[in-house]
Amino acid sequence: MEPSLARYIWTHTKRQQVWILLIVVLSMIPYFLSFDLPKLIVNGPIQGRGFEQPGATRPFMKLHYDLPFIGEVQFFSGFQLDRTATLFALSVVFLLLVIINGLFKLYINTYKGRLGERMLRRIRFDLVDRVLRFPPVYFKRVKSAEVATMVKDEVEPLGGFIGDAFVQPVLLGGQALTAMLFIMVQNLWLGMIAVVIVVIQIVLIPRMRRRLIVLGRERQLTARALSGRVGEIVDGIGAVHVHDTSNYERADIAARLGHIFKIRFDLYQWKFMVKFLNNILAQLTPFLFYMIGGYLVIQGRLDVGQLVAVISAYKDLPGPMKELIDWDQARQDVQVKYQQVVEQFTVVDLIAPRIGALTIDDPDPMTNPLSAISLSIADDGGAMLLDRISFQVKPGETVALVSTATGGAEALAEAFARLNWPHSGRVASGADDLLELPEAVTGRRISYASSDVFLFQASLRDNLLYGLKHAPLTSVPYDGAAADQHRWNIHEARRSGNPDLDIHSDWISYASAGATGPHDLFEAVRRVLDAVVLSRDILDLGLRSSADLTRHTELARRIVELRAALRTRLEHEGLSGLVVPFEPGAYNKEATIGQNLLFGAAAGPELADRALAANPYFASVLRQDGLDRTLYEMGMEIARQAIELFADLPPDHQFFQQLAFMSAEEIPAYETLLQRLKNRPYEAVSENDRAMIVTLSFAYIEPRHRFGLLSDELMSKIVAARNRFYENLPPELQNAVERYDPAKYIAAATVMDNVLFGRVGNNHPDAPDRIRSIVYDILDELGLYAEVLDVGLDFNVGSGGRRLTGGQRQKLDVARALLKRPDFLILNRPLSALDQRMQDKVLRNVLEEARRDGHSQAIVWVVTNPAMAMMFDRVIVFDSGQLVEDGTHETLLAGNGIFKELVS
Amino acid sequence: MLLKDEVGMLQRVPLFSGIEPTKLKLLAFTSDRVSYSAGQILFRQGDEGDAAYVILSGTADILVDSDSGPIKVAELAPNSIVGEIAILCNSTRTATVKAACPLEALRIRKDHFLRLMKEFPEMTIEMVRVLADRLNHTTADLIDARSAK
Repeated sequence: MEPSLARYIWTHTKRQQVWILLIVVLSMIPYFLSFDLPKLIVNGPIQGRGFEQPGATRPFMKLHYDLPFIGEVQFFSGFQLDRTATLFALSVVFLLLVIINGLFKLYINTYKGRLGERMLRRIRFDLVDRVLRFPPVYFKRVKSAEVATMVKDEVEPLGGFIGDAFVQPVLLGGQALTAMLFIMVQNLWLGMIAVVIVVIQIVLIPRMRRRLIVLGRERQLTARALSGRVGEIVDGIGAVHVHDTSNYERADIAARLGHIFKIRFDLYQWKFMVKFLNNILAQLTPFLFYMIGGYLVIQGRLDVGQLVAVISAYKDLPGPMKELIDWDQARQDVQVKYQQVVEQFTVVDLIAPRIGALTIDDPDPMTNPLSAISLSIADDGGAMLLDRISFQVKPGETVALVSTATGGAEALAEAFARLNWPHSGRVASGADDLLELPEAVTGRRISYASSDVFLFQASLRDNLLYGLKHAPLTSVPYDGAAADQHRWNIHEARRSGNPDLDIHSDWISYASAGATGPHDLFEAVRRVLDAVVLSRDILDLGLRSSADLTRHTELARRIVELRAALRTRLEHEGLSGLVVPFEPGAYNKEATIGQNLLFGAAAGPELADRALAANPYFASVLRQDGLDRTLYEMGMEIARQAIELFADLPPDHQFFQQLAFMSAEEIPAYETLLQRLKNRPYEAVSENDRAMIVTLSFAYIEPRHRFGLLSDELMSKIVAARNRFYENLPPELQNAVERYDPAKYIAAATVMDNVLFGRVGNNHPDAPDRIRSIVYDILDELGLYAEVLDVGLDFNVGSGGRRLTGGQRQKLDVARALLKRPDFLILNRPLSALDQRMQDKVLRNVLEEARRDGHSQAIVWVVTNPAMAMMFDRVIVFDSGQLVEDGTHETLLAGNGIFKELVS
Repeated sequence: MLLKDEVGMLQRVPLFSGIEPTKLKLLAFTSDRVSYSAGQILFRQGDEGDAAYVILSGTADILVDSDSGPIKVAELAPNSIVGEIAILCNSTRTATVKAACPLEALRIRKDHFLRLMKEFPEMTIEMVRVLADRLNHTTADLIDARSAK
């Protein structure tokens, strides 16, 4: 990247800079004119010079100046106006000039701001673009948080500066010069005083600021290191807790913050010191004006109007001067920042832009063998992982790489995936060096999965399809405001040197997955998920999440059928007791009292959980039947029993897990509440206290808690209250609850709850498992399996995929590699988190999937267990960075080499 | 059956007879009430031991796998406890327990059970007594078996 900031800015914005300079110069004219006016107004109409005779008139708008070296210049001879009219006319002109100056300022500032923002966008994009082109080895040494902070924070001040880079010195310099010139014109000696002070400022202040720059650089580096450390703590939080090193981390952070504080405080001290000096110098000038100028007036060698004009012109001098000096500091500051960042982003062996160039059309298949030619790979310390290896993988061949601990097969797999660059020798496809091929070829015709999986924080589906998103394949039609916005987006992207690729386009290459479009892609997805034995897990995720009904309409449409199928099946197997269904006219004993009252899924916060008891409308419904009082008394009884049972237990006791309606922390609060309310009549209990107590009843399930509090009468009252609740539901609560309706899908509930449409009995310990396997069967029978799998694909995998288990992540990575249907599938110990049985199963499936539809992918698999090599055409054995054996499984077993040793 | 009835049942289990009723109530409350139909398995030989069961009503058969299929070695009557050995020894189940008729039981989870033993020495002593008693019987059986040879 361009090392000099000024040149970087000039290269990309010269036309805009010149334009804004012109505007600035133009703005000087009204600015200069506005200086002369106060003097004219005071001396002329106010003091009456030139209007000595009554009825005298003076020319108005006669512009002429005595300029040094040029002589008298006359711009306009003017209109004749009398004294009062002159005063008004001059004042109006003054007002006009103020407005014109303001408008110029507005335009200039807006233009500069936009210029700066565009350049900031350009720099940030350039930086990220470079990150995308860094050689792999770079990422072993850099902390991601540091790169992020450079892109985000460290270049931020550049944006503010870029607009000012050339404009500010011209504008402020122009203003300062104008003011200075004006003072000089009025009085040479007073002007000379101002000049001397200004020169002192210009020389002294930047000298003092040098230290500020040094400190600023230190501040930047320490802040960057801090964000790197914070990032490390977040990523390595497990290690911190496992080793009880949180206090070590605290000490480290505190020490860093202390260091940063010291630097920042030094900075402040210097900054204010410099400011103080600067202000003193600026104030010195008016002091001299008043003293010397006043003396000259008293002596009669200077008129008052002139002195006023000089002083008022001087008011405009320190401002621009100070800003000019500030600008200079900002310039040095951002130059340092820019250099620091550019240094970090200047890397040798950057991947050439043509390698990653956008390619819309899919490249031809790789029909040449993939070969390692005298390939050596070294680790970061210089030790050889592979030493002059030569061998070839032919298209369609399946090869197992078996490696001893120091074999180096993993490095070879990485080299095939371009993740590890050769130390010497090369990897080639036919005659082409692999590193010289565009990523459009290698990234689409070669797939790679390893044990070290990275997933993006997005849905499972997005992660799975990530490997298909090479180029925007459709152009999205926009209309109306969206079209304007789109045009604007493209225009601005181009202005900032950003690509104008549309992120909303369909990037998925369906053909790669063997599909023709979105409608049949799912088939391919399901196949690869089945191959890696991940479908069941995703189906479970689907059952446990709530479906997006705009996408999964089929599920909502057939929910009644699904529920009926489950009932029939349970009856058929004599398991009807496992699930107690929700029936609009009946009390469900396995659900809580709250659920029985609400008889719906809370879709908003108004009626959810604890808010239910406090909801005024809900309370009013309960009151009608005296139910509020019954539930209150019941709550009191529950509180009594719970406290009797749990009061002496320490808060961390395991038993508290069992106490669903109260947490250990709440016990003391309920204890005092119980004391307070013990003998108080119901009417005297406050609304809040009632809600606290009634909440307990709401969580009560008779078969589970077994306090014996539920009578038939109470149950029928609750069912009646449920109906009353829905009869007069006020409009503001219409959207807060979805009533359980046997004929309707409940959007706010999970898919499983929707299918069950009831509660699983509390006293059947294996009920959840049995029901789940029945639900699987039914989904399959009704053809809804795919639909629920699709719901599961909406699951967000979390940061780095951490919401999935290690095994699931690895399976997903293999599925992603398979989905692309590459010519060469490179798998680098891909399933290390799984047990051997599962690895074998996935291996068999993957080999089969790779041969489906007459396809013949070459597979290079670094196996974790030599026994797995049996299933491959060819086995290659590595030891100490050397290729030691190469042959079929049988020949190697027949020989007496390392492989035989490894297998036995 | 309500909590207070369960407490009454638990008091009749020798193991818990020395524990005061409020604690038994806590034990009952924190345990799961489970019901099984005839023929259903409470747990299988070889499974991980995660809970002990107190039979509240109904009977269950204790079965041990042998070469000629499962052999019934004992029958569990109401108020008996089963499955505590696997919890104490951290071992797998030594036998299969199968409901002989509709059965109601309290399922006491492993961590709850161990916590109870820590907190109530009376219970632990009773437990040791029962185990020692069983060992006595087993030794006597063994001697009988040896001398019969």
